[in-house]
Amino acid sequence: MTMESDKSREADAEKADTASLKMDGRRQIFEARGLWKIYDMGEVKVTALRDVDFDLFDGEILVLLGASGSGKSTLLNILGGLDKPTEGSVRYRDIILSESDDFQLTQYRRKHVGFVFQFYNLIPSLTARENVELVTEISDDPMPPEEALELVGLEDRMDHFPAQLSGGEQQRVAIARAIAKRPNVLLCDEPTGALDLETGRIVLRALERVNEDLGTAIAVITHNAAISAMGDRVIQMSSGRISKTIINEKRAPLEEIEW
Amino acid sequence: MKALNKKLFRDLWHHRGQMFSIAAVVATAIMTVLSMRGTYESLVIARDSYYHESRFPDVWSNLERAPELLRGQIEQIEGVTAVDTRVTFAASLDLDDRDTPATGRFISASDPSVMLGALHMRSGRWVTGRDRDRVMISEKFALANEFIEGDTLRAVINGRLRNLEIIGIAISPEHSYAVPAGALFPDDANYGIVWMSREAIGSVFDMEGAFNEVVLTLASNADVEGVMLKLNRILEPYGGLGSYGREFQLSNLFLENELKQNRTMGTAIPAIFLAVVAFLLNIVLRRLISTQRQEIAVLKAFGYSNVDIGLFYLQFALTAVLAGAVIGIGIGAWLGGVMVELYKDYFVFPDLHYELSAGLVAFAIAISVIAAIVGALGGVKKAINLPPAEAMRPQAPARFAPGIFERLGLAKYLHSSTRMVLRNIERRPIKSLFSALGVSFSVAILITGMFMFDGVDRLMDLQFNVAQREDLSVTFNRSLGIGSKFELGRIKGVASAEMFRMVPVRISKGHRERESGITGRALGDELSRIVDSDGRIIPMPLKGLVVSKVLADQLEVVPGDRVQVEVLEGARVSRKLEVVSIVDDLMGMSVYMNIVELHRLVGGPRMVSGASLASSDLDHSQLSGILGKLPAIASVTSPRKAFDLFDEQMSKSMYIGIFFLIGFSSIIAVSVIYNGARIALSERGRELASLRVLGFSKREVAVLLFSEQGLITLFAIPIGWYIGYLFAQGIVLMVPTETFRIPLVVDAGTYFLSTVVTIAAAIGSFWIVRRRLNNYDLISVLKTRD
Repeated sequence: MTMESDKSREADAEKADTASLKMDGRRQIFEARGLWKIYDMGEVKVTALRDVDFDLFDGEILVLLGASGSGKSTLLNILGGLDKPTEGSVRYRDIILSESDDFQLTQYRRKHVGFVFQFYNLIPSLTARENVELVTEISDDPMPPEEALELVGLEDRMDHFPAQLSGGEQQRVAIARAIAKRPNVLLCDEPTGALDLETGRIVLRALERVNEDLGTAIAVITHNAAISAMGDRVIQMSSGRISKTIINEKRAPLEEIEW
Repeated sequence: MKALNKKLFRDLWHHRGQMFSIAAVVATAIMTVLSMRGTYESLVIARDSYYHESRFPDVWSNLERAPELLRGQIEQIEGVTAVDTRVTFAASLDLDDRDTPATGRFISASDPSVMLGALHMRSGRWVTGRDRDRVMISEKFALANEFIEGDTLRAVINGRLRNLEIIGIAISPEHSYAVPAGALFPDDANYGIVWMSREAIGSVFDMEGAFNEVVLTLASNADVEGVMLKLNRILEPYGGLGSYGREFQLSNLFLENELKQNRTMGTAIPAIFLAVVAFLLNIVLRRLISTQRQEIAVLKAFGYSNVDIGLFYLQFALTAVLAGAVIGIGIGAWLGGVMVELYKDYFVFPDLHYELSAGLVAFAIAISVIAAIVGALGGVKKAINLPPAEAMRPQAPARFAPGIFERLGLAKYLHSSTRMVLRNIERRPIKSLFSALGVSFSVAILITGMFMFDGVDRLMDLQFNVAQREDLSVTFNRSLGIGSKFELGRIKGVASAEMFRMVPVRISKGHRERESGITGRALGDELSRIVDSDGRIIPMPLKGLVVSKVLADQLEVVPGDRVQVEVLEGARVSRKLEVVSIVDDLMGMSVYMNIVELHRLVGGPRMVSGASLASSDLDHSQLSGILGKLPAIASVTSPRKAFDLFDEQMSKSMYIGIFFLIGFSSIIAVSVIYNGARIALSERGRELASLRVLGFSKREVAVLLFSEQGLITLFAIPIGWYIGYLFAQGIVLMVPTETFRIPLVVDAGTYFLSTVVTIAAAIGSFWIVRRRLNNYDLISVLKTRD
């Protein structure tokens, strides 16, 4: 993380030109403008985001690339309603997340957004199917848990407990759990970070299939540049700023991705 | 300071809530040891020194009248070290502003240097042979009636009103617990001991040169039974009523009962608290060591030995004991002092005070340390056995298996969150069971304490509303003819009178024998009835005896047996009689028979000893005033007044008792439930954060976390009822039963209160943990590995 005591010094710094990019007529899902996030750690203040503008569009796969401490996770957490910006506005469709209270953010997470984490975070006392049911039970229009698990290729492992599943399988359960409520957007924080190449590819394939079959927009955070080839758009972050935006005309097939 | 010590302080600070809750349980354990056990020791010390100083007798014997010359013969009995003869009578005391006369127990006082059971003067002086109408009175009676030296006490003796000058106020070891015969509780205002010189009492009661009570002290190696047998033989021609030892001396009997109860409770209650301490330290340390496994691995990798690591975690446990000891010793010493003061209302000793003995403090701390070490051992062993390399790797995900609900096919009817709760409970059955047991002890402690009030309430209700329904009860100075019934009936205010006859007897079967009294009553008596512990009324049989279960058990008789009955008065006839029924009654060791049959047994003229009266007045005070002034009447009592007095005393001690019981029970419940919830939060913080991310609200997550402890608590409550009932049963069986038996009843209100207190403690614990849950940092939890 970059430390800083005076944010005004950065106020007129060059902004990455993401806001002006229009994805040929697709609707915006997220619109973030002028985001600052400063963590007050007592004696020091840590600036995680500096005046970031950001958009995410329907049906796209966006890769957020950056080193540890570049601010990408902070951005994702704000988009996911887990955290709030210190300054600036974030809008999901017509919900202004930056002005929502805890109850509204909980409802937002419950209805609209799915999460996938590096460390799966499955409930160890529930089977794969039950982990998915946990979400479908509180959603308005979920898909059957079996369908979600089939989508990630786990139809044969549905009644296994997390301790009986491999890391890749656990991550796919986490994806099934995230998509079962038919969210408009899936936020993935280092989904392959704990996995080897082969398993990682299977997980990424599952994400890709969700995007193709359900049209779910996906934002993937990674420090692994190789993964950026699978995105429609790649945003590079460093020191709390968006440093570069790349548009891939064509997504690379996963088989070609190596790390 | 060494770095490891710094870590210890910071870890302790970090877990201060849990450490404090455990220290509170330790403090309560130490407090109960110091107060209950300390009170017991104080009472024993006060008793022993008093009994020793006052030459407390070993044997008592009552008789009709024997010449003083007989004393020499008694002194000759082998094993007897001292003999003291006495004259004793009961008489009415006419007090100012009192409608019902009080009862005075008149006893002759020998010279202070030779008196057995010598008095301890509180003020004034000892009576001498020249003090004709001068008396010493018991301190409690003096205090209750505000008598001081120089005041005049009016007594009705043999029908004559006498003015007695009070010249001394004293206490007696034989009346440390001063209960009138047949009562359970001291009634200080209405029952006093009056001591006169032997010369004075002899002339007043026509007992010059004679005695009607003799007391002995024995050599420590004397054969008590043998001495009593010989004494009985000597006194037999003089109307001897049999002898008894200390175990049947009324005041000593009540004191022994109290001490026994005190000792048992003073052992059982601290033991429960120490068991809870061990359990809590076990679960808290196990969890702490799980979360610190990587730190332990690093320490080991750096070369810290297993002993260092073991001692480190042991110090956690010992800190809780230390903190608890500091609080517990302070409160325990104070509470012990309060309890001893409460005892002074009942038991009178010259020097009863609470002393905090170093030995007892050391004992209390030692057993707490042992409990803490026992509890900590499991966790410490886990830390020691952790191989460093393995500890560096994250812990494997917890293994779960389908539980009983899946196997029963019920799982599909359950919500996934319900399944989570049930599987978590099932995965650690032992821990869940012990948690439940801990909570159930909190319920049980309250029931154990409260049931006493329920039982005594029931006892009093049965005794005074079902068995003794008379308005007034009178006893005569000496037996009167049956015509006295009509005399009583003529007194204004007497609606009906039921006469009874009491005859002292010795009952035996085989080699077992007991001195007792037979109460004879008419067949259809309505005012005074025989009632068993279930409230059933036992009709008086035409022929044969009805015997209290306690006495029947001692004599080993069953209905249909014939027992030898030796009448200890008049012609002293001896006959075999059939026991027709055994009654599980609540007070005394009674034998009942049809009064007509009793007259036939004793022979001679038909006599009666007293009467139960129904009064036609709304307020019986006028009648009791008239009766108290009649020369033939020795005592007038009102069971209703006794009941009211008892109720008043009872509610005072009840409030104090309930206050402490609720405190004790809450400390256990809060510490078990709070620690359970804290550990659950620590173990499942990650799960709960995941659920929040998945869109569960704070409330839903809190409900999920607390459901587990909540279910355990709900499961524990009925178990606690049952354990409480068993404890109550144990106490009922333990309390000696010669004087009264507490029926085993636990009122619905008691179950209800214990449940409410436990649930309130659970809600309180959740409330504290909920604040921690609300402040949980979702993101950081999810970003870390377990």
